[in-house]
Amino acid sequence: MERVRFYQIGSYAAGNRLLDGELQTVQSDTHRTNSLNSGHRACQGCGEALGARYALDAVMRATGNQMVAVNATGCLEVFSTPYPETAWQVPWLHSLFGNAPAVATGVAAALKAKGRTDVRVVGQGGDGGTVDIGLACLSGMFERNDDVLYICYDNGGYMNTGVQRSGATPHGAATTTTPAVGPQPGNDFGKGKNLPAIAMAHRIPYVATATVADLRDLEYKATRAMEFRGARYLHVLVPCPLGWRTASNETVKIARLATETGIFPVFEAEDGEVVAVSKIRKRRPVGDYLQPQGRFAHLFGATPREDVIAKIQAEADRNVRVFGLTDPEVPVHGVVS
Amino acid sequence: MSEASKHGPLPFAITLDPGSSLANKTGSWRTEAPAYVDRLPPCNDACPAGENIQQWLHHAEESGYEAAWRQIMADNPFPAVMGRICYRPCETACNRAILDEPVGINSVERFLGDEAIKQGWTVSVDAPASGKHVLVVGAGPSGLSAAYHLRLLGHEVTVRDSCPEAGGMMRYGIPAYRLPRDVVDAEIQRIADLGVRFELNTTVTDLQAELDAFDAVFLAVGAHVGRRADIPAGDSARILDAVSVLAEVEQGDQPLLGRRVAIYGGGNTAMDMARTARRLGATDAVVVYRRTRDRMPAHEIEVTEALEEGVRMRWLSTITYADAGRITIEKMKLDETGFPVPTGEFEELEADSVVLALGQLSDLALVEGMDDVTITDHVVQVGAHLMTGHPGLFAGGDMVPSERTATVAIGHGKKAARNIDAWLRGTTDQRPPRHDLATYERLNTWYYSDAPATVRPRLDVARRISTFDEVVGGLDASTAVFEARRCMSCGNCLECDNCFSVCPDNAIIKLGGGKYEIDLDFCKGCGLCAAECPSGVIEMFPERL
Ligand SMILES: Cc1cc2nc3c(=O)[nH]c(=O)nc-3n(C[C@H](O)[C@H](O)[C@H](O)COP(=O)(O)OP(=O)(O)OC[C@H]3O[C@@H](n4cnc5c(N)ncnc54)[C@H](O)[C@@H]3O)c2cc1C
Ligand SMILES: Cc1ncc(C[n+]2csc(CCOP(=O)(O)OP(=O)(O)O)c2C)c(N)n1
Ligand code: SF4
Ligand code: SF4
Ligand code: SF4
Repeated sequence: MERVRFYQIGSYAAGNRLLDGELQTVQSDTHRTNSLNSGHRACQGCGEALGARYALDAVMRATGNQMVAVNATGCLEVFSTPYPETAWQVPWLHSLFGNAPAVATGVAAALKAKGRTDVRVVGQGGDGGTVDIGLACLSGMFERNDDVLYICYDNGGYMNTGVQRSGATPHGAATTTTPAVGPQPGNDFGKGKNLPAIAMAHRIPYVATATVADLRDLEYKATRAMEFRGARYLHVLVPCPLGWRTASNETVKIARLATETGIFPVFEAEDGEVVAVSKIRKRRPVGDYLQPQGRFAHLFGATPREDVIAKIQAEADRNVRVFGLTDPEVPVHGVVS
Repeated sequence: MSEASKHGPLPFAITLDPGSSLANKTGSWRTEAPAYVDRLPPCNDACPAGENIQQWLHHAEESGYEAAWRQIMADNPFPAVMGRICYRPCETACNRAILDEPVGINSVERFLGDEAIKQGWTVSVDAPASGKHVLVVGAGPSGLSAAYHLRLLGHEVTVRDSCPEAGGMMRYGIPAYRLPRDVVDAEIQRIADLGVRFELNTTVTDLQAELDAFDAVFLAVGAHVGRRADIPAGDSARILDAVSVLAEVEQGDQPLLGRRVAIYGGGNTAMDMARTARRLGATDAVVVYRRTRDRMPAHEIEVTEALEEGVRMRWLSTITYADAGRITIEKMKLDETGFPVPTGEFEELEADSVVLALGQLSDLALVEGMDDVTITDHVVQVGAHLMTGHPGLFAGGDMVPSERTATVAIGHGKKAARNIDAWLRGTTDQRPPRHDLATYERLNTWYYSDAPATVRPRLDVARRISTFDEVVGGLDASTAVFEARRCMSCGNCLECDNCFSVCPDNAIIKLGGGKYEIDLDFCKGCGLCAAECPSGVIEMFPERL
């Protein structure tokens, strides 16, 4: 991604009065689609609502407003469309919990049959719908290289039904199905799925990760994805104040910490190979990310679980090493900075 | 009524037209509401001249140099002078110092001041003539600042000064290698061009007569009498005083200092004197000071520059005797309270002259006869409005109790002008209450790019000790704009659109022109906008439930 020259807030903030129009983000444009409109019933400070608007508004701009979205069951669908109201200001279909990629494939096939290749298809869902129940449909969509961009909004659990564990729940996190009890409290280590890696293994044209903490990067990736035909996958980290037990005003901060600790590597890959990574500006120990979250509170009691935190740190260290997230490699010391 | 329902009952769930979520006013969920507030940037708070620094940097960031300069001129008629000699309390207070290094406010100010001189920008009197005539006694920074502001407010102004040229210590004290005289001339000329009358070589002695002749009088006579020390001395010892020597140099005289000069004192005047002595040909300039370096009142940068120029320092030393060609020094040590006490150890030092730089006193002869003017500790007492006990007689700058810097003097001039104006109109000067401080904790500094401070060029040492050429160079247009853009706009919106972007509920409306509004029908009060505003402009307030 191209970083603009130094303009006080550089390219980190959404807009910048010193920049020319075309260098501004979609979100700073008063004419943005607002794909997901006000009045939706997402929790205060919902990262998924924010991430979905960011991503779809960018796709709308990239496609000249020629887009259809197919949405799996989950928070994003439930909070946006309580019958008869809808918050969507884009053509939008609701599928089942597990078949959004297949329905999206069908929409793409129908559009192709009608000769409407100008209209682009986006499938989207939560991490439960994507990495668990929808995985077979998604893998098929990848394998067939169907012309769909699939976006997973990863809030690390089945949030809509009350915060159950998913294949994307981080290790050590407490959910209602992985309570904070026993010698290894919270979600088991050694389990779970890394869907960006699974998508890359399908050698599809484009795979990328992003977070709601770096808007420019997220918009860039949604836009870049539309430059390809075939199957594309975007995995967006979207903190959930309810499930992560964080303050509603911390959503962006927590996502930022996920990247700055190395917990969540931000990168893009083409044809199964990593082509770019977002470098960490200032590396921090994982405790900085874990400590503010209620789902990790059990690691920081009277006797902190330094053994568990060390395992999580090792996972972050691995990400930093494998993806080259710092230059040169910067080790971190301590639990929190 | 929808189409479907005309055809009789249909199964539930397909009977309703799609509705918009806008029907669901999520504002009712809120327990806290965000609001845009203005906070006082610490730089503005710290500026003794009361400049709105954040605002003029905002103009400079977009290369709006003239607008930036005019914003400075609203408070301070000396940007080019201040951009050189101000001790920069703003930079000490700057929030960016906590992040990396303070914004080079002073260097941008100098760039703007120089640009104004180069481009010939001027100001004009727009206020209607008041018919009042004010006398200003003393053409130093304080008197000139008062004259400038009084003139802009529509009053006739006459400035009298004993010296042949206006400027006070800006001309007769501060050496030219720190403040070139063409810069002083240009900024004073601009004030003269407003129609301020100058009567130079004129010492005011009969103050009562002036109070009768003018509608109000502002006194700014400064502090010019060098403080003496009782040093036992032989008949042929040469003991001089720094402020007089510096004034002589300004007037083109070559004071007889000799090749080896001892300067007694540890303040900025001592540094200026020692550095001047080097430039006048002294091979050895020694500063004798009774405490240690870290306790010197001189600013660190002045000490460093003096050392670079070969000035020697004798810390923990007092002069006990002076005679032709030599002085006796007693070594000191600091007691537990940091007070210097004699050790009884003596040493001789070769010195052709001793120059005293032990501080200055004001010559207050002109007010001594007035019983409603109070003098305490050699300075004139004034009230909050800078008025002395005598109605219509105001005073400011070095002659009143305060920190003695040109910037403070300029601030007094502005404040006095506003109060004199109010007094002449029979009102009082009303200032809006100050906003709360925009402290570092209110900012979200993640959004600011890493940007190291710009370094100003410096003359090399060889040229420094052989000439009075200016030591510190200025920025150019590109470095000035870079430096301005390092400003984090503390407590003031910088139009980054973060709030407009980060609201998951689209509850922020961007109105354009740097204005935003919160749509309280939909704002759920999550606080994300407040948390992600880089400059700390949004605050959450509890809702009345
Ligand atoms: C060597 C030296 C270096 C300094 N360096 C700095 C610096 O780098 N930065 C900084 O901020 N400050 C510096 N200062 C301090 C600064 O110069 C003073 O604080 C400032 O000039 C005070 O302004 P003023 O207007 O009160 O008085 P002055 O500048 O002293 O002006 C007073 C004027 O009144 C005139 N006057 C006096 N009596 C009468 C009378 N009876 N009738 C008519 N006219 C009269 C005098 O001739 C003089 O021109 C320095 C001071 C010295 C001595
Ligand atoms: C086949 C099926 N099983 C279970 C459900 C109930 N259900 C609805 S939403 C949801 C959880 C969705 O989790 P996720 O996909 O992670 O999205 P989130 O709500 O976290 O955004 C579940 C289990 C369902 N709708 N369909
Ligand atoms: S960053 Fe800018 S607004 Fe903030 S204190 Fe420094 S100069 Fe002032
Ligand atoms: S981000 Fe939106 S919903 Fe949250 S407090 Fe601000 S305006 Fe309200
Ligand atoms: S977030 Fe940006 S645009 Fe909004 S108030 Fe703060 S500085 Fe202004």
